[in-house]
Amino acid sequence: MPSASPEAGSRSFLSRLRNGDEIARIITFIFAATVVLITVLLVLQLWHDSALSRHKFGLHFFATRVWDPIAEEFGALPFMFGTVVTASVALLIAVPLGLGAAIFLAELAPQKVSDSLQFFIDLLAAVPSVIYGLLGIFIVVPLMRSYIQPALKATLGFLPLFQGPAFGVGFLTAGIVLAIMVIPYIISVSREVLLSVPRDQREAALALGSTRWESTWKVVVPFARTGIMGSIFLALARALGETMAVTMVVGNAPNISASLFSPGYSIAAVIANEFTEATGQIYVQALIELGLVLFLLTFILNGLARLLLVVTTQKGSGMGHV
Amino acid sequence: MTARLRWRKLVSGFMLTLTGVCAAVAVSTLFFILGYLVYHGGTSINWDFFTKLPAPAGEPGGGMANAIVGSAKLLLLGSLFGVPIGFFGGIYLAEFSGSSVAFVVRYAADLLNGVPSIVIGIFAYALVVLPFKHFSTLAGAFALGLMMIPITLRSTEEFLHSVPRALREGSMALGASKWRTIRSVVVPAAYRGILTAILLALARVAGETAPLLFTAFGNRYWSPGLGQPTASLPVMIYTYAISPDEDWHHQAWAAGLVLLALILIVNIFARAILARGSAIPRS
Repeated sequence: MPSASPEAGSRSFLSRLRNGDEIARIITFIFAATVVLITVLLVLQLWHDSALSRHKFGLHFFATRVWDPIAEEFGALPFMFGTVVTASVALLIAVPLGLGAAIFLAELAPQKVSDSLQFFIDLLAAVPSVIYGLLGIFIVVPLMRSYIQPALKATLGFLPLFQGPAFGVGFLTAGIVLAIMVIPYIISVSREVLLSVPRDQREAALALGSTRWESTWKVVVPFARTGIMGSIFLALARALGETMAVTMVVGNAPNISASLFSPGYSIAAVIANEFTEATGQIYVQALIELGLVLFLLTFILNGLARLLLVVTTQKGSGMGHV
Repeated sequence: MTARLRWRKLVSGFMLTLTGVCAAVAVSTLFFILGYLVYHGGTSINWDFFTKLPAPAGEPGGGMANAIVGSAKLLLLGSLFGVPIGFFGGIYLAEFSGSSVAFVVRYAADLLNGVPSIVIGIFAYALVVLPFKHFSTLAGAFALGLMMIPITLRSTEEFLHSVPRALREGSMALGASKWRTIRSVVVPAAYRGILTAILLALARVAGETAPLLFTAFGNRYWSPGLGQPTASLPVMIYTYAISPDEDWHHQAWAAGLVLLALILIVNIFARAILARGSAIPRS
């Protein structure tokens, strides 16, 4: 009979409804869909609310140094420069230190020591950025001004990187504070990756007569290099998007300078400082376009990081069978 | 040959020591941070800090009672918004969804997780501040809640996945419906892990400053209700630290000590919950 099948269908639907499964499914689906909706909305909002600025300045936005709210001329170059320079300084310091510490935790330290040190590293990662900024202003900046910058100038002053007056605040200081902030991320992820390297890799290297360091540096680390790259990309994304600590120690002056001592600015810092005071639509939209740039940068880097980390775990298990 | 071997052993010993130095430097940073905060904050903190409003600029004394209450309100309201979305979304991913829907949701959550906090601030500004035309507790809580969603969602999913299949089958075999199984068997088995994740998410957003700058803004007085701009501890630390006022610097240190102490205590407590028993009962 033609009418029987929809009736049966609705009855089974009703019975599923009665024992709650269908309701639970629908309700939890709504929550899950909300997450997607919010994310889509965020991207659309950034795109839509920066339309004026994007149309008016086009690609010039990224090549202009002028940031003049009164004349309504906006260029992002000094901020992008500052973001890239501070993040690069941070990685130059954080990668060797973080990787070294991760090697110690994964390869040398006994399990118990490694776990308890990792606990402290996890706590370090939980310290909020405004606290790093606070210590940056009152501890690192005076230290840089009175000791580190004069010392660098005296020894490496022939390089343009280390010339100019020592203000304390600037690219170098922001880079150092950022380095301290991202080291825990590099350590945690790299340690995981190193620990997942199969044991026979190490044993084979040792059996062939290599020293402990040679087995670590020439066998274990290369085996894990994709994952280590992943941890570095994660740290880079953090450093690019970091706002408070940078705002507090970078000097907030839109300079483009070869000297790391020079005060600078970053994308996140200019948004934090000027967003509430921005008057005029095009000014606000230029700031939102900076937000969009920041979003895209971190989006790409996080995506790459995830890809690299996934590839490692698959390769790790695949090579284990060989 | 022996000289070569001796050299290689020397290099090995040297480099391995160096990795130990790296680890020592990294871990000692935590103790430097704690030491400075206890030293500077401990000498600045007093009872007034917890009970009084900020003094007018230039006058000594005063406290941050409004910022402490403001932070508490922001966090409570933020969790009321973020935790249910993350938790039930996580249940959907782990228990109900097909793989393609799960991929999309997971992808969105990871994307949201990676968004710089200042950009979250812009989003909350456009969505909550602009329509109401002023800064508010509500907007700040929305921004913080947004940041809690991905952490809660992914960890709920992960911990539910690690509940053994036998537990579910046992419950189903007794005639329980799927929802009944989830409610009475699966979620209780995973609750330690989920609770830990929620506490860690809370501790993470408790220190967030950037998303509050143009949502909750700041306030030197009490902020009644949810529709007014409100002070919060992280924003107070920021504004006081960059001010030229010596007395405010002391207050910033005190606030830093209180904030960090709270965050570290929650972190340690959360990890203790997870460590006390295995998160998932072995079957």
